[in-house]
Amino acid sequence: MSLLCETPHPSRRAVLMTGGALFAWAYLPRFARAADNRDPRLIVIVLRGALDGLSAVGPIGDPDYAGLHGDIALSLAGPHAALPLDGFFAVNPAMPVFARLFKDKQAAVVHAAATGYRERSHFDGQDVLESGFAGPGHVATGWLNRALESLPAGDRVATLGGLAVGPSTPLVIRGAAPVLGWAPQSLPPPAGDLAERVLDLYQHRDPVLAVALQKGLDADRMALDDQIGGNTTKPKSGAMKPKGGLGSAAGMRQAAQGAAKLIAADDGPRVAALAFDGWDTHVNEGGATGRLATLLGGLDGAFEEFEKGLGERWKDTAIVAITEFGRTAQINGSVGTDHGTGTVVLLAGGAIKGGRVIADWPGLKPAQLYEQRDLAPTSDVRAVLKGLLADQFGLSAAVLADKVFPESAAVKPMRDLVA
Amino acid sequence: MLVAFNRFGLGARPGDRDRAAHDPRGYLKAELRQPDIALISLDDPTYASLPGSTPAIQASMAANFQRKLDRERMAAATAQPAMASAQATPAQATSAQIAPAHPLPPPTAPAKPAPPIEATLFRAEAQARLDKAFRAEAGFVERLVYFWSNHFCVSVAKDNIVRASAGAFEREAIRPFVLGRFADMLMTVERHPAMLFYLDNQQSIGPDSRAGKNRRRGLNENLAREIMELHTLGVGSGYTQADVTSFARILTGWTMAGREGRLGEPGSSVFNANAHEPGDAVLLGKTYPAAGMGQAEAALNDIASHPATAQHIATELARHFIADDPPPAAVARLAKVFAKSDGNLRALAATLIDMPEAWSTPLAKMRSPFDYIAAIRRAAGPGPANDPGQSLNWLNALGEPLWQPPGPNGFSDHADSWASAEGMKIRLDIAWQAARQVKDVGNPNDMLDAVIGPSASPETRQAVARAESKQQGLALLLMAPEFQRR
Repeated sequence: MSLLCETPHPSRRAVLMTGGALFAWAYLPRFARAADNRDPRLIVIVLRGALDGLSAVGPIGDPDYAGLHGDIALSLAGPHAALPLDGFFAVNPAMPVFARLFKDKQAAVVHAAATGYRERSHFDGQDVLESGFAGPGHVATGWLNRALESLPAGDRVATLGGLAVGPSTPLVIRGAAPVLGWAPQSLPPPAGDLAERVLDLYQHRDPVLAVALQKGLDADRMALDDQIGGNTTKPKSGAMKPKGGLGSAAGMRQAAQGAAKLIAADDGPRVAALAFDGWDTHVNEGGATGRLATLLGGLDGAFEEFEKGLGERWKDTAIVAITEFGRTAQINGSVGTDHGTGTVVLLAGGAIKGGRVIADWPGLKPAQLYEQRDLAPTSDVRAVLKGLLADQFGLSAAVLADKVFPESAAVKPMRDLVA
Repeated sequence: MLVAFNRFGLGARPGDRDRAAHDPRGYLKAELRQPDIALISLDDPTYASLPGSTPAIQASMAANFQRKLDRERMAAATAQPAMASAQATPAQATSAQIAPAHPLPPPTAPAKPAPPIEATLFRAEAQARLDKAFRAEAGFVERLVYFWSNHFCVSVAKDNIVRASAGAFEREAIRPFVLGRFADMLMTVERHPAMLFYLDNQQSIGPDSRAGKNRRRGLNENLAREIMELHTLGVGSGYTQADVTSFARILTGWTMAGREGRLGEPGSSVFNANAHEPGDAVLLGKTYPAAGMGQAEAALNDIASHPATAQHIATELARHFIADDPPPAAVARLAKVFAKSDGNLRALAATLIDMPEAWSTPLAKMRSPFDYIAAIRRAAGPGPANDPGQSLNWLNALGEPLWQPPGPNGFSDHADSWASAEGMKIRLDIAWQAARQVKDVGNPNDMLDAVIGPSASPETRQAVARAESKQQGLALLLMAPEFQRR
């Protein structure tokens, strides 16, 4: 967006101030809150590149773990001791926020999880993960968008649409339901009514671009700093360039910070998708410290920013971090890991019934590994996502099995993920 | 006419349209006949200072070594922390020697430390690429360079070695072959240090090789998998995990000589027989006898001419130049030409120009961010001289940072990736910034005629004509669908 900044402070008031036909958000009715005052939100973080689940949440109680994961295996001893979750699993020490939330029963782990995809191509794997289809080749719409679309007409969550964070829209939230786009950026915004004129031209000549630009402008207005009575076309003083992309620790934190403000707004989107890159750790992956730990620290920072930024809305929020597949159980020839299968799903948020590692642990003996190389999947990522959508937004198992995750009737929603 | 300049080219500069008007196809094909058109000539004094990848990597290795020494010295001298940071490091001296085109600030202004050598090299290479885009006639061959560079992408986010050599990689492994043979490009790409580093092959050691037995290191599958999945055969074309592992073994030993130069000139591509997995190997059902580095060359040659490769490349080219979902007949024709011509990329390019589908399919794709910025510069005038900073910032903001794709599959080639909400908002900001920079805008209506011409819709004409200022008129032109779509 044009104004920000290290510390986005989006404000509803700035949106209302702008007025005019340009900013459709200004016309959305403020909804009446439900009687129980519950106002659920779902944030999906896609970790692109395949997260090593065994280094994020290590099965330190498994006798074969240390041997397979070698120098990068997590351990409860030493200067960078992993943070124990229960007697068997420990989280990477780069994630103290997640460990604290777990202790407070606001975070959970599903281990040995995978989608239905069993090959090892990142790009097909990501397409399957994000499209929600049973196999690759579907790149038009994502399951999160279809979930919004499947809500009853007039449903508050559906009306408010989704939020896509980053310069391009992650597949998981692409589709027919309305999606706002936002990314931390800084360029001086145009003066005068250029935006309005371009929109007008698009409405006559290129409706697709009209919709896209309109949403981009809307999100931008929403994320503006408090500038009551001020000139909203002027950048905030000290506007900063983004601190690295969404593959850097600072970038993840910054993206979460801005997204939290948009999602926390009373009439902001209730679902959001973020994609963080860089998890493809073939070389010198590191364990408790190093490359992967730095990225995990960024993810942990994102959790923290969401917790802070969502304020009282945190209690109704579920965040789920998912990745296309896991990595080899045994480290490769360059102290990294190659493409694998089973990995973790990380859950956080006040809405999560936390404090649990949910796993039907398959074991790490050679015969127990998938194709004798990867952590065998015993949970389906789709079951987790279905459970969250059912618990947060009341989507039925039938709709989830048909429209949201096509051909997935055999994958039952995982229940009671939400408190 | 918009097809020639938008779909195939980099956008019209004022005056270009007249030259193309009578025969747009011939105008594009003329580029294909120019020898060395894709090269960035080091005879040109502007580019003479661009080092090859080997000296570039050497400079980076030297700077890395020096940074390490500095850190150690800093750690040792914690008692006097101010001293180390006040000294100019030899790394900075190196950067001044290697890139005279971008002189460092004089030593009398020590307030701002010199950028690292890798950043200096990156910016010089970026400037050369932007200049080339600005100077190109139609820009069709440049578009082919970007297509292949994205197909065989490396990312500067990997490490300093790739940051220092990504531009040289494109000049050495992509540009010389965009009108040559696919197999030659493939062979050069896969043994280039930037690619070996990016996809970790320099770390891959044959488990039964001498080095593998001595050290606790072994295979890394990354390069083998991505060659088959992304560079050649395509995913789902029938190879198995066993093929990936076998190909990884075949590729062991393809590496880069280190700083000490034990294997050859530091920073150059070498074959390390000690790391190569000995013995015959089976790949895609064929046995490749032990032959040192020749084993991988034989395998790559076969893969380059595999029918799945022809199909994969044909699909990607048609998607890039025609439509997100390209007409199957167009893909089939390209695949046939690829197979018949032994992967002759000039023949493929000519086939694209001759295809009726390329001229009849509506312009529904979006200009990629780099193409958009190139088109802005070509329409409105070059950016700040010798400073690629603004263009690079624009690319970052649009989500296509130069030589830094999110993964080895490169940047998206689908319209909806670039017609995103955030992307369009940023394009608006950029159009405005570009329009404001033009010193003498002139009449935006004339500009519209020069850049878009008769293809402009009445609505676009009206919007530009009614603009409240020349700057706004130009910005509207730069945002018009006829300027965004291709």
